[in-house]
Amino acid sequence: MTGDAQVKIGFIPLVDAAALFIAAHKGFASAEGLDVELIREVSWANIRDKLAIGRFDAAHLLAPMAVASTLGLAHVRVPLAAPINLAMNGNAIAVSTALYAELTADGEAGDPAQSARALAKVVARRQAERREPLTFGMTFPFSTHNYQLRYWMAEGGIDPDQDLRLIVLPPPYMVENLARGQLDGFCVGAPWSSVAVDAGIGVILHFGCEIFDRAPEKVLALRESFADDDPNLVATLIRALDRGAAFVDDPQNLNEVSHILSRPEYVGVEAEIIRRVLTGHLRLDGRNEREDANYLIIGKDGAMRPDPRQAEWIYAQMLRWGQTRHSPAMADRAKSVLRSDLYEAAVGGSHHQREIGAFAGPAFDGRSYEDYLSAFAIGQRL
Amino acid sequence: MKIAIVDESPIRSLILEEGLREAGFAQVERIGEMHNLLKHIYAIDPDVILIDLENPSRDTLEQMFQVSRAVRRPIAMFVDQSDTASIQASVDAGVSAYIVDGLKKERIKSILDLCVSRFKAFSKLQDDLDRAKSDLEERKTIERAKGILMKAKKLSEEDAYKLMRGAAMRENKKIIEIARSVITAAEMFK
Repeated sequence: MTGDAQVKIGFIPLVDAAALFIAAHKGFASAEGLDVELIREVSWANIRDKLAIGRFDAAHLLAPMAVASTLGLAHVRVPLAAPINLAMNGNAIAVSTALYAELTADGEAGDPAQSARALAKVVARRQAERREPLTFGMTFPFSTHNYQLRYWMAEGGIDPDQDLRLIVLPPPYMVENLARGQLDGFCVGAPWSSVAVDAGIGVILHFGCEIFDRAPEKVLALRESFADDDPNLVATLIRALDRGAAFVDDPQNLNEVSHILSRPEYVGVEAEIIRRVLTGHLRLDGRNEREDANYLIIGKDGAMRPDPRQAEWIYAQMLRWGQTRHSPAMADRAKSVLRSDLYEAAVGGSHHQREIGAFAGPAFDGRSYEDYLSAFAIGQRL
Repeated sequence: MKIAIVDESPIRSLILEEGLREAGFAQVERIGEMHNLLKHIYAIDPDVILIDLENPSRDTLEQMFQVSRAVRRPIAMFVDQSDTASIQASVDAGVSAYIVDGLKKERIKSILDLCVSRFKAFSKLQDDLDRAKSDLEERKTIERAKGILMKAKKLSEEDAYKLMRGAAMRENKKIIEIARSVITAAEMFK
């Protein structure tokens, strides 16, 4: 290769872009002949649009957003290809200290089934007293955050479209709104729930991985046409990110990775907070802590291999919450976004992802969309 | 036609509002407060929403495409891809538009073009302001260095300036750099 290939990549400053930051910072990208320029963005809408018009060659993107863009949901149709996963899980549901007190008034709310039922009681009481409904924040309609919140609530008997308000807010505003009492809870990526906990205004109720086991969270997305026109470039990107992820996952590198990510050009928060996120060891409130190695998964156990099954799962969540109507053609198109073929061509392996589990409800195990959706009491049917 | 401008920079949104009014759009509302953004938007019920791309609340606006109870669903400017040039120009200028379905394409384009030129005018204004500020700082530094030399070497103002200019030419540096060195040196000799 003569001269490095220039690649512009947009990102949102979150810990789940760790493989991307490390691939660029540690020279894994340049070793592949890539001259990567990372561009920090403030909204997912900006990332999507700049990717669409070619200002970015690739981007750190919400996995459901890559599917939505390809299907043309709620926006213009721009087919995207995701040749590699950047992260699974990584979110947490936090509630205000006031709501937490209400949820635990009658007993424990330690597991999601308990807390969802407790939440349903609070919702019912508010309705009976004709008080304002609860308001929960999340980061984007096409996000795992949205699906995590909805799934959890619905298992308690709450219809998230009828019984409370779900609003999109930029993560820094969530903490502020929780403090002002305009928000009762939120589901957001790290480190924002920890910020609320440290400020003494919020309590982490559940890690995202307690709701869904290994849910697809972020992908590296490219325009489909761009990816198919230059498979060699895509392969070099995949290899660089694969090495970045391996570096992140090696416990020996924990301190170095935390410090690199803490730099202002990447995530820009204290290294200590990043270290806690990477190890899945979070403070829940003033007293308690919880540790879960699956809190945020970057590359371990073949997590980076994009699996069309993950796209089917995302598509099923979209159907359940009325974000799209079903057609076999749409389902196939959704599946085509997660490009295991490109991943395997670059780094080999044909390890399939495990099915995505949930704390309750029907398994997503290859049964038809119709069967899956009709097994839920709340949500759309086919 | 009602237009809402969502921008935390009051000067920029004022510049844009002025431009829109001059172009004959009488109903323009500015939103500078991002809390309760959707409430403001629903109250205004605009046909067009303009938002700057530095604004993280863009994602909040996107939610409107999802909420079925919203009376009118605005759609993004990308809806007609035939005019990619003006979409690219607006993204590069740092502004995005959301438009309620059914508006004529020419009118949208004229609004978008106006946004681009006003946003560019604003960033030029900002650049000019930054430059003026740093020019002023430099002049102050040079004055101070001149004063130090005049006092230390009993020079006239003109000779003190000539001394620095001579040094700058010899060392192939800018006069401001020499002035800074003079000040640093003087502080050390204090």
